[in-house]
Amino acid sequence: MRLSKAWTVASKDFKTYTKKKSILYSLFYFEVVVSIGLPFIIRFIASKPGSVVALPNLIDAFSFLFVIGAALAPVGIAAYSLVGEKVQKSLEPLLATPTTDEEILAGKSIAAFLPAIFINFMGALIFTVLVDLFTYNTLNSLYYPNWEIAIILFLLAPMACLLSVGYNVLVSSRVSDVRTAQQLGTLILLPLGAVYVLSEVNVLTLNTSSMLIMAAVLVVIDAVMFYLVKATFQREEILTKWK
Amino acid sequence: MGMIEVKNLTKKFGDVTAVDGLTFNVAEGEVFGLLGPNGAGKTTTIRMLCCLISSTSGEAQIAGYSIGNDADSLAIRKMIGLVADNVGLYEELTAYENLDYYGKLYECPEGERKERIEYFLKMLDLWEERDQPVSDFSKGMKQKVAIARALIHDPRLLVMDEPTANLDPEASRVVREFILKLKKEGKTILLNTHNLDEAQRICDRIGILKTKLLTVNTPDELEKSVWGTKSVIQVESISPRILTAVMELKPKDLRVEENRIILTLADPQAENPDFVQAIVSAGGRIQFVTQLNPGLEETYLKVIEETK
Repeated sequence: MRLSKAWTVASKDFKTYTKKKSILYSLFYFEVVVSIGLPFIIRFIASKPGSVVALPNLIDAFSFLFVIGAALAPVGIAAYSLVGEKVQKSLEPLLATPTTDEEILAGKSIAAFLPAIFINFMGALIFTVLVDLFTYNTLNSLYYPNWEIAIILFLLAPMACLLSVGYNVLVSSRVSDVRTAQQLGTLILLPLGAVYVLSEVNVLTLNTSSMLIMAAVLVVIDAVMFYLVKATFQREEILTKWK
Repeated sequence: MGMIEVKNLTKKFGDVTAVDGLTFNVAEGEVFGLLGPNGAGKTTTIRMLCCLISSTSGEAQIAGYSIGNDADSLAIRKMIGLVADNVGLYEELTAYENLDYYGKLYECPEGERKERIEYFLKMLDLWEERDQPVSDFSKGMKQKVAIARALIHDPRLLVMDEPTANLDPEASRVVREFILKLKKEGKTILLNTHNLDEAQRICDRIGILKTKLLTVNTPDELEKSVWGTKSVIQVESISPRILTAVMELKPKDLRVEENRIILTLADPQAENPDFVQAIVSAGGRIQFVTQLNPGLEETYLKVIEETK
């Protein structure tokens, strides 16, 4: 696989998405709510007497939303990636170029992964700064940085983002319209949402070790997803069965 | 060795045979037209030759590279420029950006890419609109960009699938003239069309396809092979004496319509003077002599009709 080819595909997609506002906005809305809205809830709770005990658990639970955010942010782009080419009828000329399946898929994945993970990092930066600002007086120390947020941002979020990108590119290569691709694409959030709910009801504890195990599981699932995406990308089927 | 060599190429989709035992060759620099009704297998044939879909059986080579061979398919795709039946441009991008993207995918060096984009956009009268999104373009302008996209890497073989379909007559003419210009430059072109006038004007040879390849020939030879060579001699008035004189020369076929004698001849150039002489000797006054030319459309329809 030639990375320069994949980058050419990705660069074109970046250019396209900057001109498609609906896709561009889909990157931001969740991150804005989580990174700016939730610290104000934390601020409200921190101002209540006795909140010092409950505050760390709440902040940890909220910070897990950056894993969900990393999976949600690329949905719009990745779901559009191949079905968008189909809708514009540009897939046949693209497949006629001397570009391999791997290069096309890698380009589409890069185009969805990089902006999503960048926005997620920016959101997390704002979130951690605001949380420290709002909780310093209550906790008498800076809550961030800590190991949990490092694992979330540098392991879990990229892995979840990759999983979402892979799954959505897979969906995008199998359906015929953008709306269906996006609706099916958001299903990837269900297992991550379940982890969040289980942590909220204290069935699952989100600590360093449990998150490392989660990251290891995600690595395996990502590898399987990568194989599935490659195996199911059939040029002939895409060209002859898509109506 | 020809640019395209196809032997017994067959494509089945499940139980349906889309292309059945296709055999033809296209020489370098030749413009070859594939004619056929909708569903005849023209697009399927093009897709197989461009390595977009696999064949069920048979073989085909493009400039010596085999289409069924994975290692060869990248080389084949690199030497082909495809104008698909849908223009398939990126509507949000400008004409320049569309061409630049494909130039990169076809691995054109940057300097050459820029030169070629400028050359084609100027040649197709789109240079002033180069920075406008393609979504603002008319169908004809989009088709021009699609043709420029197929030529951006200077392909050895240009494959065009219905390049003037859905275009108004003026835009069709511009595209057709551009194809003729490419033909003059010696570009090898495989043209899928059901525009018979276009095929007659552009193609060196045509193949009529209806799942099977029914016939391959030059447009003129195809007409001759289907209709024979007919001469029409219009006489002021036809008398029994004139008809007797004509029949004595034993034409392959003779038909009289009003004051016209229609003759089927093996070699009109050699035989026409004898018939003219005979008619004049029999007292006939000839108004004109001409070749009967039913046209490619009639020929095509007759060939297709014979398969029913």
